[in-house]
Amino acid sequence: MNGPELLAAHSGILRTKVGACWPGTRAVFRGHDLHRDLHDTDWLELYLFGITGRRFTPRQVKLLHGIWVITSYPDARIWNNRVAALAGSSRSSPVLGLAAALAVSEARIYGGGPGLRAIDFFLRAGKALASGQALREFITGELTVRHIYGYGRPIDSCDERLPWLVNLAKEQGQDQGQHFKIAFEVEKILLEMGKTNLRMNYAGMTSALGADLGLTPREFHLFRVPMFLAGMPPCWVEAAEKPQGTLFPTPCDGITYEGVGQRAWHNKIS
Amino acid sequence: MPDNKNANMIRSRIWREEPEPDNPYATRAAYCRGYDVFGQMVGNARWVEMLALLFRDELPGTAALDMLEALAVALANPGPRDPSIHAAMCGGVGGSSAAASLIAALSVGAGRYRGAREVFDAMTAWKTCDTDLDAWNNYSRRDTSNDIVDTWPRREHPPGFDPHGVSTATSVRRLLETLARIGATPRLTWLASQHRELEQCVGLPLDVSGVASAAFADLGYTPNEGEMLFLLLRLPGAAAHALEQESYGYKRFPFYPVELEDDPATREMP
Repeated sequence: MNGPELLAAHSGILRTKVGACWPGTRAVFRGHDLHRDLHDTDWLELYLFGITGRRFTPRQVKLLHGIWVITSYPDARIWNNRVAALAGSSRSSPVLGLAAALAVSEARIYGGGPGLRAIDFFLRAGKALASGQALREFITGELTVRHIYGYGRPIDSCDERLPWLVNLAKEQGQDQGQHFKIAFEVEKILLEMGKTNLRMNYAGMTSALGADLGLTPREFHLFRVPMFLAGMPPCWVEAAEKPQGTLFPTPCDGITYEGVGQRAWHNKIS
Repeated sequence: MPDNKNANMIRSRIWREEPEPDNPYATRAAYCRGYDVFGQMVGNARWVEMLALLFRDELPGTAALDMLEALAVALANPGPRDPSIHAAMCGGVGGSSAAASLIAALSVGAGRYRGAREVFDAMTAWKTCDTDLDAWNNYSRRDTSNDIVDTWPRREHPPGFDPHGVSTATSVRRLLETLARIGATPRLTWLASQHRELEQCVGLPLDVSGVASAAFADLGYTPNEGEMLFLLLRLPGAAAHALEQESYGYKRFPFYPVELEDDPATREMP
């Protein structure tokens, strides 16, 4: 079935397996009564269950929790946080500020984009190794057609989060997966190839761990949605406490104009 | 199809569509307030006429349309110093999606400082005070500490005025004079002749949001409509500046120095 018939078949009704609520009576979450069966579930475990339909062990959930915690930076200069802070400074609502900051986090050079491309890279690297290809050969092939995400970082190539995440992965017994090992091998090979600015970054290590937990690229993308969230409210709060409009005010001469010179507008509305 | 088909119909006084004979999901004709959009309006109507028609059954007169269009030109780009444009640029510089950059502009530009909620508040004030200086005097000095708690931060300055201003910016004064000349409407005409007295009464110079509020009120829009139009009409600049910063790259975008006032690395041990 396709075309108008496909649309007509779905018109006017929601058919779903993931859940529904009946106000005043009950709610169902992926085949379970939310209140009877899941009321004491850890929030992140529920979040992951909602994304994947699979249950994760407490040690896996602890690792994933740590992935969020270790990168919660309340620095209002960082571009996504800056949006939250500007919202506070401009006396906008906290939900608007945080929602926009989360939307901006789905960026190409940090956040959502690199994480998605990095887990895709590791999953393909794992398949290449399983088919007998050498990792160095796979990397060389990748570099000829695309960037390798998960390595290199804007502002500073050294990622201070990684030692803490390595320790957490070890503590939770999550450091023996294939992709986690591949991640270090890739860094070593890149450095041997002279690409000294391509040290492993947080997207690289977290996506390798995500791949080892069996997450697909899209599942990992969804897991990462609130990853920077805890660092954002402090930025909104502090900006809202300071006088309005005082976050990064720019004087008129703070713009370096590089466009065409001043000229006259000749058209007139009749 | 479900039994309660009528209950699930979308009701609208604005828009009607007729289907193609071979596909109920493809539009043969669309009518906006009764006018054939693709058959008669496209190619003949001004964009500002379509904009006006979306909000009212009947088109306003030529002077009102000219005034709305002039205001749209003035609002189209608040410039990169404006917090909403700064937020959009934070999206562009990191390669966030186009929608994320505009969401950032909307969220930050929605608030009570130079934002759309300020326009809502100012239009509400216009309804109360109209062209009565004493009423403005009372309004700007009223105690807001007992106002009902809102999703928006508490109002900190009389809306429509610049809390950091010294005197009326020439750009604001010229916009006011131009709109008053084009529309010759009651509030703008009064404001153009009385803005110094009003500013003296309020204690702050007029802001662009104040002129826009008076113009929207004179055009017959409600505060809700004015708030929506102010958000909408400032988006073109957000789009252009987000794309511009994406092309400049993050290395040429301000990343300000920080002065951390509570640093555990420098705190004395107890």
